Amino acid sequence: MSRLLQTPFLPSVSLPTKTRSSVPGFRVKPRTIPIQAKIREIFMPALSSTMTEGKIVSWVKSEGDKLNKGESVVVVESDKADMDVETFYDGYLAAIMVEEGGVAPVGSAIALLAETEDEIADAKAKASGGGDSKPPPPPPPASPPTPAVESPVAVEKKVAAPVSVKAVAASSVHPASEGGKRIVASPYAKKLAKELKVELAGLVGSGPMGRIVAKDVEAVSAGGGVQAAVAVKEVAAAPGVELGSVVPFTTMQGAVSRNMVESLAVPTFRVGYTITTDALDALYKKIKSKGVTMTALLAKATALALAKHPVVNSSCRDGNSFVYNSSINVAVAVAIDGGLITPVLQNADKVDIYSLSRKWKELVDKARAKQLQPQEYNTGTFTLSNLGMFGVDRFDAILPPGTGAIMAVGASQPSTVATKDGRIGMKNQMQVNVTADHRVIYGADLAQFLQTLASIIEDPKDLTF
Amino acid sequence: MQSALSLSFSQSSLPLANRPFCSSNAAPSFTPRNLRFCGLRREAFGFSPSKQLTSCRFQIQNRRIEISASAGNGAPSKSFDYDLIIIGAGVGGHGAALHAVEKGLKTAIIEGDVVGGTCVNRGCVPSKALLAVSGRMRELQNEHHMKAFGLQVSAAGYDRQGVADHASNLATKIRNNLTNSMKALGVDILTGFGAVLGPQKVKYGDNIITGKDIIIATGSVPFVPKGIEVDGKTVITSDHALKLESVPDWIAIVGSGYIGLEFSDVYTALGSEVTFIEALDQLMPGFDPEISKLAQRVLINPRKIDYHTGVFASKITPAKDGKPVMIELIDAKTKEPKDTLEVDAALIATGRAPFTNGLGLENINVATQRGFIPVDERMRVIDGNGKLVPHLYCIGDANGKLMLAHAASAQGISVVEQVTGTDHVLNHLSIPAACFTHPEISMVGLTEPQAREKAEKEGFKVSIAKTSFKANTKALAENEGEGLAKMIYRPDNGEILGVHIFGLHAADLIHEASNAIALGTRIQEIKLAVHAHPTLSEVVDELFKAAKVDSPASVTAQSVKVAV
Repeated sequence: MSRLLQTPFLPSVSLPTKTRSSVPGFRVKPRTIPIQAKIREIFMPALSSTMTEGKIVSWVKSEGDKLNKGESVVVVESDKADMDVETFYDGYLAAIMVEEGGVAPVGSAIALLAETEDEIADAKAKASGGGDSKPPPPPPPASPPTPAVESPVAVEKKVAAPVSVKAVAASSVHPASEGGKRIVASPYAKKLAKELKVELAGLVGSGPMGRIVAKDVEAVSAGGGVQAAVAVKEVAAAPGVELGSVVPFTTMQGAVSRNMVESLAVPTFRVGYTITTDALDALYKKIKSKGVTMTALLAKATALALAKHPVVNSSCRDGNSFVYNSSINVAVAVAIDGGLITPVLQNADKVDIYSLSRKWKELVDKARAKQLQPQEYNTGTFTLSNLGMFGVDRFDAILPPGTGAIMAVGASQPSTVATKDGRIGMKNQMQVNVTADHRVIYGADLAQFLQTLASIIEDPKDLTF
Repeated sequence: MQSALSLSFSQSSLPLANRPFCSSNAAPSFTPRNLRFCGLRREAFGFSPSKQLTSCRFQIQNRRIEISASAGNGAPSKSFDYDLIIIGAGVGGHGAALHAVEKGLKTAIIEGDVVGGTCVNRGCVPSKALLAVSGRMRELQNEHHMKAFGLQVSAAGYDRQGVADHASNLATKIRNNLTNSMKALGVDILTGFGAVLGPQKVKYGDNIITGKDIIIATGSVPFVPKGIEVDGKTVITSDHALKLESVPDWIAIVGSGYIGLEFSDVYTALGSEVTFIEALDQLMPGFDPEISKLAQRVLINPRKIDYHTGVFASKITPAKDGKPVMIELIDAKTKEPKDTLEVDAALIATGRAPFTNGLGLENINVATQRGFIPVDERMRVIDGNGKLVPHLYCIGDANGKLMLAHAASAQGISVVEQVTGTDHVLNHLSIPAACFTHPEISMVGLTEPQAREKAEKEGFKVSIAKTSFKANTKALAENEGEGLAKMIYRPDNGEILGVHIFGLHAADLIHEASNAIALGTRIQEIKLAVHAHPTLSEVVDELFKAAKVDSPASVTAQSVKVAV
């Protein structure tokens, strides 16, 4: 496994570094699927291939709210991350069957969607067997529209995660699969699936062009026993995995594990910095409509700073020499099903912000389809990891082998600060923390790099050229 | 025994331009018998009982070529440059040339490409090299098999280039052997594309030569159905596959005849997954149904192979622009679209097409049939009016009778016999064929359905005898007990109609049966022959012994005569 996952940290999603307004818990968004005409059920989606049940973090909408296709309805916590689930249909959220905090097995109904207001009552009646339906609270209407734009991760999640039968289909993006109508699996994968009784329709392939190959089937089968057992047993009890069970690594986990262990051979150190993001937020607000994403902005800012500090963009592989990399390729860690991957924004210092944003979108789409070509995820010279969307204010990352440094980005949060003119004020600030290979990058290098980065972010006019 | 022989020169055979290696025929209607060994058989005789050619027919004694070499090329007959001109130096042409020299004919052989033809350069020979590798890989990778021997082997791996080199080195070696064997005998090897200018007149390059008799032995090329675009990299024919320039993760093989089957053996041993695309309703359509069923259980089902039967690949587009190889399948009968496959590579093994363009056939009023040159049972070319063209013969894949290297060679020898005054008709039913998978498949004569059809028509009974490799000591010692030998025969007179073997070294075991058929030996005679113990040959011995012949006595007298 090449370097899927060479980054250590958790799923970072896109980089919306900033938790948007209030609610700290961020969410990513996949989608949900209803069934049934008129009154449709909203199912607990399978957000990853290993997910057997999901916990309702919060309902974004309340009973009675009108839903538009594509809107986020609920935030679900899978075994990997929280994700927004959006509806595929217009209608009204008629009845919530699983309350916040509740757990439901994948595929079970968690809410009912009525096509018209009139049907809400019917739906409620229907749901009455299910859960009491009381409109749950956190409908922070502001947060749902969490910029789809800026949460690539979300997208990522979708990818990996077959959301429902239908969604699954969609996830198989092999060109010949005609959008999921056909299953593209290698001969041996088919054979194994039959033997191991694995349903290929639910699988996302890791082979070329998203093809399902033998190891995908094996991975599911290895995790599958557990999965099935849990599903049966657990309906609303403890979330998560079966305690005490031993679960073999999936291929991706194995790769991550190897990379992580390998990283121990590199002497690293960390330098942190707090950066005020008011100006960046303002800029983002201004150009968001042009398709610019926060991820691209951060990558761009980082790349411009790297251009001034080439040593931070260098890499040392043999311990005797190091390379000043000729291009600045910013890898951005993205959580995907069963692990994470680092799509690379190549020449991020040279490409303009709009192209960069489009490129990022394209990469995320490809990652979703598992169609990233190796050069699209293993050519990074510097890595960004962002957990800000989860409200994380600071963390540190493990250095991916083969690169010189990685930057962990926390959430941008309103903070009270003393300003230079002696007053106290509120500013949005985020903390970044760079982990670097001390064989080639020294403390002063990082310090200067961070200073440059801070000045770029605090005065972001250069980002748009 | 008349035809003995010749194994000694197997290496020396040479071919001409294109000899197919075994091809299965392009047309599904044929029973493919492809083959792949090159022919070393010097002569196969058949006899057609109907016309007794009398004893003189079998006059040939065994001789090895090396000996005859001393004879040298004969003197030309008066008015011709040569007694015999052979167009095409493949295995068929080579076999004919050697035999011609032996018979004292002044012989020339014309080759426009490389000596050795398809078999040696792009067929049986290099494929055997790859199969030798795949056989070993299979054994080494089969943990269970190794454990049963008490052997411990750590992970087996291979170097693709090394494997490819083995194949190309073998081809080079065999090609040199062929060339040298002809040179040593004084056969004139003329370089250029040969064409027939008129009766007894041949052109090659800018030269025109005359010959008393002419043999066309131009062979065949891989047949690529329309709609399929071969780029030589991701959509390939056997010509490319034998170079083993890549080992794709997933390769579709169009055609499950000999060529396809052998390549599936190679590719799966090297780690590829294979999808067969077969136009007929079952895989391995040319084989005896019982054998193909068993072969499927052993060669297909447990391996990383799946298949689509009853479908045509109507369109195959090579991989480009990041897209995989796309294969559109349509129902073989209704022609309706059935499926689309996208794979890393596709091997077109749909048989072979005769290579007869540019031969100047129009000069002698010969019209090809789907490219094949029409011939009678003595390989004499038939012209557009249904008349024989004097002094012109066609052997091998170009006539399409039986597209096997050794069949071509046997046909060439048969022709030489005729032009030197000995009438001879080759019995194609006595020509064995083999598929070198692991384990191998071999056969001679009729399949069971063919035999039953014939029996019904001619009013005789058919019986079947079978033996298993599981009962064979040598096979069990090798831990290779999987296999079956089957004989189809007439219980009334003990005639062997067909023998089919699937099992370890089946290709080497078939000759006892093919020789018996060629010589007319009856079961009641051959069953008394002794076989060394313990050997795989006992599988065939058991087969003869298991047969129940009704009234041996009445037939024996007659057959004794025939059998030498």
